Order: sequence, then structure tokens, then C-alpha cells
Amino acid sequence: MAKAEHELTWKDIEIGAVVTEPGNAAIYKTGDWRSQKPDYDFKRCIKCGVCYIFCPEACIHQNKAGFFEADFYYCKGCGICAYECPTRVITMREETEK
Amino acid sequence: MSKRVGVEVSIALGDAVKMVNPDVIAAYPITPQTHIVEHLAELVAQGELDAEYVPVESEHSAMSACLGSAAAGARTFTATAGQGLELMHEVLYVASGMRLPIVMAVVNRALSAPLSVWGDHSDAMAVRDTGWIQIFTENGQEVVDQTICAFKIAEHHDVLFPVMVHLDGFHLSHVIEPIEMPDEKKVCEYLPANTNPFTLHPSKPIAMGDFAPPVVFTEAKWAQEKAMLGVKKVINEIWDEFAVKFGRTYKPVECYKCEGVKNVLVTMGSYSETAMTAVDNLREKGEDIGLIRIRLWRPFPFEELRAVLKGVENVIVLDRSISPGASGTVASEIKSAMYTEKEKPTVKSYIGGLGGRDITVEGFEDLIKDGISDRNEYNGIEFQMVGVRE
Repeated sequence: MAKAEHELTWKDIEIGAVVTEPGNAAIYKTGDWRSQKPDYDFKRCIKCGVCYIFCPEACIHQNKAGFFEADFYYCKGCGICAYECPTRVITMREETEK
Repeated sequence: MSKRVGVEVSIALGDAVKMVNPDVIAAYPITPQTHIVEHLAELVAQGELDAEYVPVESEHSAMSACLGSAAAGARTFTATAGQGLELMHEVLYVASGMRLPIVMAVVNRALSAPLSVWGDHSDAMAVRDTGWIQIFTENGQEVVDQTICAFKIAEHHDVLFPVMVHLDGFHLSHVIEPIEMPDEKKVCEYLPANTNPFTLHPSKPIAMGDFAPPVVFTEAKWAQEKAMLGVKKVINEIWDEFAVKFGRTYKPVECYKCEGVKNVLVTMGSYSETAMTAVDNLREKGEDIGLIRIRLWRPFPFEELRAVLKGVENVIVLDRSISPGASGTVASEIKSAMYTEKEKPTVKSYIGGLGGRDITVEGFEDLIKDGISDRNEYNGIEFQMVGVRE
């Protein structure tokens, strides 16, 4: 496993800053950007997976009960899932300080 | 030794590019670069050069196509001038940041407005900070030699930076000069195959041009700069090797009759040859004057310049571009290089040769006389304009 970003020195940077290790985007927690957060009312959910298809961050997964929900380490709070959801399961609410 | 033949410098440059056997040429024609790319297009069309010639729709696309080609590991060449170089501007940073060994001939041309197709160095100075290696040439032979060297420099594993070979528009590009074309076999021996360690290849997948958040951007830029700081050593080695193989010597800073002098003139590019004649004439008349020519503009040859300026009291710098609201760019670079020295020379900035304006031998003599006379007190003036009608 490569070093975490904040541990990289200039000597660890490859020529031209190329990335030689696949999948390192997973280290980058885009959830920090969020100002709004999806709030779910799963009573209305028909498990259609439209939110999963539309999520530009590809951070939505199906939980054990079969409902679709976002991984908040990566969800940027863009609100596309809420907009696309046909049964209005998702409401975007203001993110509160952690 | 091969024979010297009279040939237009642009055509000779094209022939030099043919010798290094590039894989891809992506270029958009613009005056005064046109003859170079027309000649290369012809060579490819006639089957004399086995390369991919990409006739793009703009210079922005030309440089972008070069990025892709160099990223794939192909030996890549392009050429441009003036406005074309400016249209490439943002992509130039990408080429150097991604450490892609692209070679580009820049046929120096003034930037609009007013519109000028003629030569000066404003285009070269505008791309000074793009992270490219910049080499200036002063005659056709140097253009051919430096074009060949440029590929060896760019593709060297301790370099891997793109290189610009600068030649003055019309004054150099369009003149017919006696040029000795190097032996093609010797060029092949001199220039090994391009073996960039990181290329786009399915067997070794990598990601190029990724984004760097604030936490790593500084480290990435420092890594780039650390590499740039090592470039000059490699360039010197490559030029020394060229001298052994082809008999012509190149240095980052070159002296002409400047041993033991108190006054020197500093020039870059083709006007240096006229300046040499002026220096000859004035020395015959007993004047104390030598000439320093800066060949390597980026990375800037600080040590070499300080060495040749040791004991010099008065430095007269001719810039062929203006940094509006400041002064001549070469002059300010020399001032900054000498600021750390105990014995600082005076540095006088002159700006001339703008937009193709000739500076004759007499013009250079007048400039030098003005530069070494006592009457030349600056009185708050940062530079003087050469030959301007008041």
C-alpha cells in the first residue's frame, strides 16, 4: 500500500507525477466537500437503483436490507440522487459540523 | 568532414528533424515557421520520412496532440512562432509538468498588437516560466546542431523535459546559409532510441496528468524543479559529446573576445553575429569591449554567467523584447544573477530589434559606445530604447 497523501515527500513523486498504483482515488475522501447530505426515508424506497446509476461519485451501494445508500466518506452532497429518485426517498439536508 | 551546402535554414531544420527519425509531427503553419512544417509535410507525403504527420486545426491542438504522442512514447516534434506559441501557452505547462520530451522549434516573432510577423523575442519571453528548456541559436549551423541535440537532451532520463530551440524569424529562418549537414549514420549513433520510463502502455498501466490536491502539489512542483536543477549538467555533457563527434562546441554562455575586458555586451540569438562584427571594429579602434552570448535561457546558467562576468565592471544588455512597466527581461535576469556577488557590475538595459527592426553593425557600435560612455547615467530610467525616433 502506498503512503497516504500527507506522508508523500517530493522523492515519492514519480516522474511527471504519474500514478503507478491503481485505485488510489479511494484514498481521497471527497466527503469533506459536502455542504448538504442525503437523508433517507426508506419506507418509500422501491429499490430501483436509479440513484446508484446516476451517482457521479459512484459512492452508492446496496445495504443488507437491499436499500441504496451513499458512503459518506465519498458522497459530495451533489443532490443528483435526490433529484433522480422516482419515489422521493431522499431529502437533501444541510450538513452539520461533526 | 561533410560538405557545406547553401540551404534555407528552415529547410535545413526540417532535414535535421528527418535525421532524428521522429514518430509524430503535429503542427499548424504560422509565419515565419511555415517552411519548416511544409517541408516536413512534404517529406512525409513523399515517403522519405516514416512519421505520422498530424495536420491539426490550431496550435492548442498541435501541442495537445504532441502531449498524447509523447505520452505514448513516440519521438515527437512540432514548430511554431509568435501568436501560435501563445495559443499553445496553457498546454506548454502540461508538457513540462508531465515531463514529456517534446522538441519544438520556435521561430521567434513579435506578439500583436500591432500585428507583426517579423522577429523579436517577446514570444520566447512570454513562455519563460512554462518549465521548458529554452535554447537560443544564432546561425543556420547552430539551428541544425541544436535541433539534433534537443532530442538527446529532452529524452535523456535525467532530463525528460520538453525543449524549445529558438531561431529568429526571417533573420534566421528565411536566409540561405552554408550549412554542414551531419552524417545521418553518426546522428543515429549519437541519438539513442527514445525510452521514456513512463509511457501509456496496456502492459504497464499508469495514470498521467492526474490532479494533485494542495497536500501534494508543492511536492510535485519541487520534484519537477529538482529535476530541472540537474538539467544543465546533462546538457553540458550532451554538448561535449556533440563536440567530440561533430567538431562544433556549444556552451550555456559563450564568450567572444571577453577575456580581461571591463565592458561586455550581452546578446541572444541571431543578432549576436552582427554584434561580433561591431565588437571587432571597436576593438580595432582600441575600445575595451567583449561579447557574451547566452545560449541556454532556461534553465538559466547562473554559475556560468557569474564566471564570465568576473572582473567585468559594465554589462550592456540588448533585449529583443520589452516587459511593459519593467525593463528588458534578459537584463533583469542578469541583475538578479549578479546581485549576490561581492563585486557587482553595473547592468545597463537596452531594448531594440523589436518586430524585425534591424540593428546594423553601426547600430551596435553606437549602442556599445553609449553603454561605455560616462554620459550614460540612468537617472531613474530602467532601460533605453534603441533606435527609436523621438
